Amino acid sequence: MGRKRPLDKTPSGPGRKHKKQEDPGAAPEQKKRKRLKVKAGAVLEKKKSKKPLPVEEPDSDSSEELADEFPEEGVAAVSAGSDDSDQDILLPIEKKAKKQKKQQDEDDRLAEEELQTNLAATETIVLPSGQELAPDLTIIRQRIRDVQFVLADFKARRQEGKSRSDYLNQLRQDLCTYYSYNEFLMGKLMDLFPTELETFLNANEEPRPMTIRTNSLKTRRRDLAQALINRGVNLDPIKWSKVGLVIYSTEVPPGATPEYLAGHYMLQGASSFLPVMALAPQENERILDMCSAPGGKTTYIAALMKNTGCLFANDANPDRAKAIVSNVHRMGVHNTVICSYDGRVFPKIMHGFDRVLLDAPCSGTGVISKDPEVKMSKDEKDIQRCAHLQKELIAAAIDCCDAKSKTGGYIVYSTCSIMVEENEGVIDYALRTRNVRLVPTGLDFGQSGFVNFQQQRYHPSMKLTKRFYPHQHNLDGFFVAKLQKLPGEKHAPPKEKTQTPENGKPASAKSSAAKGKGKTNSQPGGGKTNSKPGSGKTKSKPGSGKTTPAGQTQAKSPKAKATPKGILKKKK
Amino acid sequence: MTVFVCVCFHFSISDNIKLLIDRPDGTYCFRLHRDRVYYVSEELMKKAGNVARENLLSFGTCFGKFTKTKKFRLHVTALDYLAPYAKYKVWLKPSAEQQFLYGHHVMKSGLGRITEATAKYQGVIVYSMSDMPLGFGVAAKSTQECRHADTMTIVVFHQADIGEYIRNEEALT
Repeated sequence: MGRKRPLDKTPSGPGRKHKKQEDPGAAPEQKKRKRLKVKAGAVLEKKKSKKPLPVEEPDSDSSEELADEFPEEGVAAVSAGSDDSDQDILLPIEKKAKKQKKQQDEDDRLAEEELQTNLAATETIVLPSGQELAPDLTIIRQRIRDVQFVLADFKARRQEGKSRSDYLNQLRQDLCTYYSYNEFLMGKLMDLFPTELETFLNANEEPRPMTIRTNSLKTRRRDLAQALINRGVNLDPIKWSKVGLVIYSTEVPPGATPEYLAGHYMLQGASSFLPVMALAPQENERILDMCSAPGGKTTYIAALMKNTGCLFANDANPDRAKAIVSNVHRMGVHNTVICSYDGRVFPKIMHGFDRVLLDAPCSGTGVISKDPEVKMSKDEKDIQRCAHLQKELIAAAIDCCDAKSKTGGYIVYSTCSIMVEENEGVIDYALRTRNVRLVPTGLDFGQSGFVNFQQQRYHPSMKLTKRFYPHQHNLDGFFVAKLQKLPGEKHAPPKEKTQTPENGKPASAKSSAAKGKGKTNSQPGGGKTNSKPGSGKTKSKPGSGKTTPAGQTQAKSPKAKATPKGILKKKK
Repeated sequence: MTVFVCVCFHFSISDNIKLLIDRPDGTYCFRLHRDRVYYVSEELMKKAGNVARENLLSFGTCFGKFTKTKKFRLHVTALDYLAPYAKYKVWLKPSAEQQFLYGHHVMKSGLGRITEATAKYQGVIVYSMSDMPLGFGVAAKSTQECRHADTMTIVVFHQADIGEYIRNEEALT
């Protein structure tokens, strides 16, 4: 990644070879002209002092300089002398001009030749054999461009005998090498962004701007901005939020100012405002934040509730939950109960919440700029395991929610992943197994979610979900969906699914797996941060008497067990 | 409960202790959980009763904890409630703020203002000049003595400061 930095600075466009071709034409000409002047001066001086001598005289300093700059000048001069009949009539300066002309012609010819060879190279783009060692990034970059060029008009520009998939494979490999991703993730990204892949990848290389959230319990945004400006922080308000500030530059560490310690603001990515804004908590409600560490969203919810009502902040990992305690106290939030349960068993502890926020643990593919490790470390299994856990969590979140609530009955699901499996796939599962419907998130920007993705066909209301991308919104990649729980059970669990399940698994395999393994007690290894080994096994879904075959859509348990625990990454 | 009364005496807010217990927005109470004292509304406390003891990390506001030797130690998290009610206050100059936030005592040179008639060894709340509570401590000198003290003498002993939120996150919970 580090080595890519300098490359970014080279102007995009013609590329290295192009420049090489132009140089001999333009720059040396200038150089020569300058030299000509110097020499002319020297020669004039000589003319005054002595008789004009043939050029080849060894003692003059001008010829020495000449030899310095043109190693082959001596030879050229000799030949010029031999075949030019009127050599002696010409002034030395004229001779030199002639020589230069000749040199120039030679250069031009060479340049032209090189151009031709380059042209020939681009015309038939030969795919490499796969045996090359030590890839050169500039070459790869060039090849990425070339392949993209071919793919733009495949019929006309293709090399005979190569299929589109050959080109795509090559493109994927090159992009992987160039941006150092693994092939699986790059393949996924290529599916997601057919046209704007490169802008997305480039956006992942740059950090997002640092943003802070004003704690409206303790101060106002204007006062905070003034206090920070006095400390030498250069900032601006975020337009779409009433409490957000973006920091451009700062002289003091923003995580250690007295204002920060006094709880006047929270360091928080702008994208994590979104799920809370979508949740729209009201005063005197009972709200659950299911995966809340380190407490950024929790304190935002509490601030919107104006410290009234009752807020439960849960996180499966007790160590991470300590950060919630610290942040909640620092921000002066008094209405919060902080506990550490596996989210999947939470409905057994407590239910009847007016609103539930589920910011699910995910693969983190939306925050690659924050954690570049994701580029290499994620594979198919990780995504599947995330999606499985998320499906269990969203089911639990819906069960925690109270459909008959006067003010609420809403569940907001968010991830910092951009994978369809972890987002639309999970929502689709919720829609199929629980009596919920999608409602508008209340966020007026962002792209709507996929209703159709490749072979997947989701419910038309899926367009109410929102996706955010680094390259479009300069936010972390993010997904937000708002669900409303409807009273009553969902009857008649769907028997057959019309859409082909992902990874080409036939639909029947799913249900047979469900039958074979019993209901829900074969969760692989208990998931991510399962503090109690039994909790995964004893789980039964309250409020859902029916069997839910879709709980088993994901990875076969032995496979998942083999993978190390704790590989899933909870977004910070 | 008695402990808290002691705390209140410490900060001379005993007149105001009634205000902390009987509040217009419902009754509040003190609860001991895992050797820590929490100040929490009755309503929230009942809801927190659903959570098993070992899974409950915190509820309401933590005021302090009992040490292994059964002494009560006030945490900086109580500052929000103590600050409005405390009688005796000390204001720090901006140059001394950072010193205090790193856990140092307050020197005479950093002292901006001090409440009149503060007795020696009186618990005081430490503020910045912009009236932001920074922590609390114990007056090492009475107001009278402060006037004549040398610039390098300690006037307030450090007890707790908001810098602990990052320095000492583990101990707070």
